[in-house]
Amino acid sequence: MTTSTAKSHDAKLNSYRTGPDDKGFFGLFGGRFVAETLMPLILELERAYEAAKADPSFQAEIDYLNLHYAGRPSPLYLAERMTNELGGAKIYFKRDELNHTGSHKINNCLGQILLARRMGKTRIIAETGAGQHGVAVATVCAKYGLPCEIYMGATDIERQAPNVARMMLLGAKLNSVTAGAGTLKDAMNEALRDWVTNVTDTYYLIGTAAGPHPYPAMVRDFQSIIGKETREQMIAAEGRLPDTIVACIGGGSNAIGLFHPFLDDKNTAIYGVEAGGHGLDVENGHAASMNGGTPGVLHGNRTYLLQNDDGQILEGHSISAGLDYPGVGPEHAWLKDTGRVTYVSITDKEALQALQFCTRMEGIIPALEPSHALAQVMKLAPTLPKDNLLVMNLCGRGDKDLFTVAKALGMKI
Amino acid sequence: MKTDTRIEQRFAKLKAEGRAALVTFVTAGDPNYATSLKIISGLPGAGADVIEIGMPFSDPMADGPPIQASGLRALKAGQNMKKTLQLVRDFRNSDSETPIVLMGYYNPIYVYGNERFLDDAVAAGVDGLIVVDVPPEADDELCIPALARGLNFIRLATPTTDDRRLPMVLQNTSGFVYYVSITGITGAAAPVATDVGRHVARIKQATDLPVAIGFGVRTPQQAKDLAAHGDGVVVGSALVNKIAASLDAAGNPTDSTVREVLQLVASLSGALKSA
Repeated sequence: MTTSTAKSHDAKLNSYRTGPDDKGFFGLFGGRFVAETLMPLILELERAYEAAKADPSFQAEIDYLNLHYAGRPSPLYLAERMTNELGGAKIYFKRDELNHTGSHKINNCLGQILLARRMGKTRIIAETGAGQHGVAVATVCAKYGLPCEIYMGATDIERQAPNVARMMLLGAKLNSVTAGAGTLKDAMNEALRDWVTNVTDTYYLIGTAAGPHPYPAMVRDFQSIIGKETREQMIAAEGRLPDTIVACIGGGSNAIGLFHPFLDDKNTAIYGVEAGGHGLDVENGHAASMNGGTPGVLHGNRTYLLQNDDGQILEGHSISAGLDYPGVGPEHAWLKDTGRVTYVSITDKEALQALQFCTRMEGIIPALEPSHALAQVMKLAPTLPKDNLLVMNLCGRGDKDLFTVAKALGMKI
Repeated sequence: MKTDTRIEQRFAKLKAEGRAALVTFVTAGDPNYATSLKIISGLPGAGADVIEIGMPFSDPMADGPPIQASGLRALKAGQNMKKTLQLVRDFRNSDSETPIVLMGYYNPIYVYGNERFLDDAVAAGVDGLIVVDVPPEADDELCIPALARGLNFIRLATPTTDDRRLPMVLQNTSGFVYYVSITGITGAAAPVATDVGRHVARIKQATDLPVAIGFGVRTPQQAKDLAAHGDGVVVGSALVNKIAASLDAAGNPTDSTVREVLQLVASLSGALKSA
């Protein structure tokens, strides 16, 4: 039902870049499935965001901060040794790991903190998985002197200790969530419970392109700087657009940021890489909601979910805390069903191999999240001709993962 | 469309008697199917006027720790949507008058299949639905098809539902309006009766439907105070807390499980009848 509806609808589409509709839907996916207490709040947020978008001073402020605070534009780097070693496509990295705070998450946080200030909100809450979003939220809250509470699963707190220390140093209050498996899904539940309780003063700064409308579209807009810069930089470097672009997907914010500006460039092949964990055939052993899940409703939107046949949400698994989420942003769900983007999965083991390969080949230690995209590049590049221009979004640096990686590789540190 | 549901009949009868309804919430299958059926079957005799049965969900975003724990106990004991509908059928073997409202989140319904769920709910003897995360903006999906089958669709109104939004919330609501007396999760801070009175008066100006007040109601005295402002009082977390407190170390029900819950219901009912 899902697939045929979406496909027949999209046959009439001239563009993949017009969504969502006015109720927040991308085809079947998205929407606003929240409790009544939150409905007035997300409608207020939508109005505030529309007003900000129409105000040139809002974008000017983001541009200023991107340049002087976040360190944008991030470089587009030709990975020469990796290109030669793999013997196929010409591989470029979009270096979003060089941003201030070490990942693409700052792009979204700068936009949303400015919006929160415009709305007169005085308290910021957020969920985090790998802690990259939590660090970015704590950073912008420190910069603007706003109190900040971060919800993080107890399991994630343990495996992302460096980011926990950074958040605390930045002055955030960290709330450990022990419900469920103590990962990102559970942290998001708790953040929603906080928001439903503190409705007047609190801004919920969601970190991924998921949740109730307008979050998926808004987060995408703030992250689209990645794809816009990539277009310009690739034209400057090679005189044309890339043939292939690749990014990892948990909720999917870095990926939609890279993909969205290219969706109507029919000659650019697009690959989204989900976390295959122990393998798609291992029950509850992966976090590939599109390749191994079914449509459902969670956290305010309809999307592909890891769930059982009674509609109970599964915890999923990935070595990467940032991809360990049982859902995915609704625009990705729609892009999967329309066939515009190819979604694949990479296992924990493959990601670890890719992390080591990249580190030795290029002197760059990637986070475990983009290591999934790198592993896909290692599979894909040798099958492509040498003039195929490939861009992989290196969306985070690996410092936070050193303990996890060392443990997995049996290193003593 | 059927207009005279058990819910409507019950509120009309209580209005004629001049007292507020006691609306009780427990989760289907908590702590297991057999004990849950005993509790639910005992509720009318203990004084419950309307029974809300929670459909357990792994991620109940609007619920506090007591109801989260209650749902997890039920799921762990093997509860699922099929068994929840079976529970209603089993209840109906002994009671054909007490209104049953199924309450929960959208995903288990969506995965069961909206149309199939509604048909099976009607056949089981369900009278109304409360689905926390389907707002009026999505009425086409579940609310309208439910109304077409003669089910009541009960909507939550909250302190954040302002006058501009209230007509939309009330538009397709039937049976009664559930006024959420606090901004927060279930079982959280106790509501302030005077604030509640002001908000309920606002809702009553906009609709003739009965208004039941819930979230944070624990004691007979609280229930009595709040009843003065509305047509019913909803108690949930306090009841599932009684279940939790009665379990043995392994989480199994004991001789006191059913009794403890029904005793609290009886004292709540007594307070409302003396109001």
